[in-house]
Amino acid sequence: MTTTLDQQSTTGSPADPEADVPAAAPDPWRGFRGQAWRDTIDVRDFVLANVTPYEGDASFLSGPTARTTRLWDRVTALFPAERERGVLDVDTTTPSTITSHAPGYIDVEDEIVVGLQTDAPLRRAIMPNGGLRMVKDGCAAYGYTLDPDVERFYSAHRKTHNQGVFDAYTPAIRAARRAGIITGLPDAYGRGRIIGDYRRVALYGVDALVEVKRRERAGLDARPSLPDVVRDREELAEQVRALGELVEMAASYGCDVRRPARTAYEAVQWLYLAYLAACKEQNGAAMSLGRTSTFLDVYLERDLAAGLLTEERAQELVDDLVIKLRIVRFLRTPEYEALFSGDPTWVTESIGGMALDGRTLVTRTSFRYLQTLYDLGPAPEPNLTVLWSPALPQGFKDFCAQVSADTSAIQYENDDLLRAHHGDDTAIACCVSAMEVGRSMQFFGARVNLAKTLLYAINGGRDEITGEQVGPVLPPLEGDVLDADTVVERLDAMMDWLAATYVDALNVIHYMHDKYAYERLEMALHDYPVRRTMACGIAGLSVAADSLSAIRHASVRPVRDITGLVTDYLVDGDFPTYGNDDDTADDVAAWLVRTFMAKVRAQRTYRDAVATQSVLTITSNVVYGRHTGPTPDGRRGGEPFAPGANPMNGRDRHGLVAAALSVAKLPYEDALDGISLTATVTPSGLGRTREERVRGLVGILDGYTASGGFHLNVNVLDRATLLDAMEHPENYPQLTIRVSGYAVNFVRLTREQQLDVVNRTVHGEV
Amino acid sequence: MVLDARLVAVRPGPGTSGPADDDALAAVDGAVHSWDLSTGVDGPGTRFVLFTAGCPLRCLYCQNPDTWTERRGVRTSVADVMARVRRYRTLFDVTGGGVTVSGGEPLLQQRFTSTLLRACKAEGISTALDTSGALGVRADDATLADVDLTLLDVKCADPARYRRLTGGDLDPTLRFARRLAVLGRPTWVRYVLVPGWTDDVDEVAPLADFLAGLGVVERVDVLAFHRLGAAKYAALGIDYPLAQTPGPTIDSLEAVRDVFRGAGLAVT
Repeated sequence: MTTTLDQQSTTGSPADPEADVPAAAPDPWRGFRGQAWRDTIDVRDFVLANVTPYEGDASFLSGPTARTTRLWDRVTALFPAERERGVLDVDTTTPSTITSHAPGYIDVEDEIVVGLQTDAPLRRAIMPNGGLRMVKDGCAAYGYTLDPDVERFYSAHRKTHNQGVFDAYTPAIRAARRAGIITGLPDAYGRGRIIGDYRRVALYGVDALVEVKRRERAGLDARPSLPDVVRDREELAEQVRALGELVEMAASYGCDVRRPARTAYEAVQWLYLAYLAACKEQNGAAMSLGRTSTFLDVYLERDLAAGLLTEERAQELVDDLVIKLRIVRFLRTPEYEALFSGDPTWVTESIGGMALDGRTLVTRTSFRYLQTLYDLGPAPEPNLTVLWSPALPQGFKDFCAQVSADTSAIQYENDDLLRAHHGDDTAIACCVSAMEVGRSMQFFGARVNLAKTLLYAINGGRDEITGEQVGPVLPPLEGDVLDADTVVERLDAMMDWLAATYVDALNVIHYMHDKYAYERLEMALHDYPVRRTMACGIAGLSVAADSLSAIRHASVRPVRDITGLVTDYLVDGDFPTYGNDDDTADDVAAWLVRTFMAKVRAQRTYRDAVATQSVLTITSNVVYGRHTGPTPDGRRGGEPFAPGANPMNGRDRHGLVAAALSVAKLPYEDALDGISLTATVTPSGLGRTREERVRGLVGILDGYTASGGFHLNVNVLDRATLLDAMEHPENYPQLTIRVSGYAVNFVRLTREQQLDVVNRTVHGEV
Repeated sequence: MVLDARLVAVRPGPGTSGPADDDALAAVDGAVHSWDLSTGVDGPGTRFVLFTAGCPLRCLYCQNPDTWTERRGVRTSVADVMARVRRYRTLFDVTGGGVTVSGGEPLLQQRFTSTLLRACKAEGISTALDTSGALGVRADDATLADVDLTLLDVKCADPARYRRLTGGDLDPTLRFARRLAVLGRPTWVRYVLVPGWTDDVDEVAPLADFLAGLGVVERVDVLAFHRLGAAKYAALGIDYPLAQTPGPTIDSLEAVRDVFRGAGLAVT
């Protein structure tokens, strides 16, 4: 590789009084070490060559400046009206593109990092490419009307992703979707869960990135123009176009992102503008940020060393970036938000972790990101995600545990597993989905309802609520008591059908999404070719596992209606349940994960994506439960499932750690898209003093990680606090709790979801 | 409850068998109520807590009336307990935790408890014994040498009131405490604050002086009485004598803590 990436010599902007003096601009890469990243696009190499690992404690941190507090107060003053109305404002006339909106500001005098999604803070944009109905319903739900011209255009002239999908769905897919056995599919909205490597814009500048994309495109010229090649060429051309729009949008804010960032301030600003461009183009289900803190630390350290910054100013930059990340907004429908709780955007930022060479990737800026939870108060976004390893520096571990105990706003993922499977430049998209930044992306596939699948196995493919024949017909089930081997055999057959139908649906969805709602800017910040995964998922794992355990170890008698449909179960006797570190029950759960993954792997996937799956429900465990009849574990019809890979509420009786160790037995290699555990513990359940609680939580995280546990959401809360917040939401505007894989404002949940959270197992000292 | 006591579902594999003579451990069994993995409350770190069944006392505020009689437990061998304990060795290592034998009253089943403690120590696992001391005389010096930390529940400072509150005598507990001092065994004292029963600071003061004088009490946990056990009484059909007693106020908790602190003890 040549030195084509060396930055061009650039001069100051025309407004710069020094512009007349050539060569006045500092070398953006001055003082940086390493070579490989100069020759090719390789941010990981840049980070490893320049990182300053930090092994100390949190005592160096600064609080917020008066300016930060003033700006944040201006933003928070808008929240009550937004909370009351659902949205603060909607621009109903301008379909959003990277360049569609004039610059917007919170307070042009007081902002350091600039850029908003539209021309005003919290004003939401419309993005009809995913689906027109979602936009129309989203407007209508909050008392707005979509501009008729826009509606006409997207009806008559421009097809959407949603239309494309329904043109190609089969009756079998439609039936499975309607019955709710396959759910949450991104067929009417942006699929999300793609992380652009926004760091590239700061490090290389857009001109260099365009140059590389042009070369990648030219590399396809010699290949025959068959569909795969044509599609790649067109996508690369669109990526270059999107990069040009990024330059134009950034210029409207006075920033020349064609060239690399020269200072820490510019690095933050360039990176944010690249992320902002993605948010202007895509209303993705999850718009995650990546792994930026240690990258930015290299710039902050350089400016600190040169005396250009103080710690206070460094923190101020981070705080200002986080203010922007906290006000990312998308227009969605109330139904969507009921499914996903509140108004999530999953601006997930992955912090910490270890390098493959054994050094830690924790830097002072890892601390600074967490410090925003103090400087600005707790908040669900950005979704701060610590990549945990027992090898992390003690000072950082202690600070994480302290922040968790104080704010309940951090989630943890097992960095040892991530590093082994995905390398050391891995970031989490959404809640638990790992991808190597800029090198791999996923086709988000929501999930299937495994508990309902078990009911289908018993009922020979008939839905237990409607009686409709959805799955394949099986011979009638004989006998008064369910026989475990028979049920397992039928479940196996039902899972075969489910996996085939499910992947069939996903193949349609992602073909159409690529065609009608392609993520041009995000994909421009990826390598070519990119590694793709088909991210399937399962919900209701604990219900299915406990049901199988009940059938095997207790006596379960089906109750049939007049048509022979099993609509309820009489359970007699005790049975081991998942979540107690009891191998008898936990092995059943692991078997379900392994078995369904094998069936998914057997399917052919769109663009040869590598099949993976997650055990994650986000917060849709409530909705899935509502649409699932009584189950053989004694769960009542309509009762919520446990979230993610959690044990069923109340059935984990031996404490948080025992429950966590059960979850840790689920095989990560068969759930490479992540396994989610959400735990709530009372403060006294971690120790009697603040220091003990910190030590206790660090120990739990080390022990869980060392046991192979993948993900942990930790809430440190009393049930009494939650009950009081339900009654007096006005007193708890910032009460943040972790749900499945992300955090929400508790007071923004529906009452049903609040009750679900309150009724979950709270591990305490009793 | 059968399921709560269930210990046997441990898949045989590396780490589940130990150096101790498992045949000998299999021959000793006890009545087990349940087990738990707890953090920061039953001794340092994350701990495997074994709740034995059966207790000689009948404390009015007891949260676990289901542990009063041995017949409510499940006969379980020390070998089975150890098979489960061994799988938590890593957890104990990384958290600084270990095994806590609690109850009920673990010394009611002295042979089972001391065999279990010995087995843990033989495998290098840290131990704690959570006891009222009422049956402290049953623990010989060798057993106490196997206890790294005694969690001594001193329920009430006044002998007459102790009898009314617990149905037992205070004196054996005080004698046990003195033995721990003579043997130099590290001890954490627990004191449950029950309004109207144990909140008289004038009564607490001599107790605090006594405990401070022992020289082995590393800390005192003053815990607030609560009624979360009420449902268990209802399920067992037993009257809950303190059903109407409120939890203590923050002020009275702090007042009692101050008395212990005043005697020079570390208090949480």
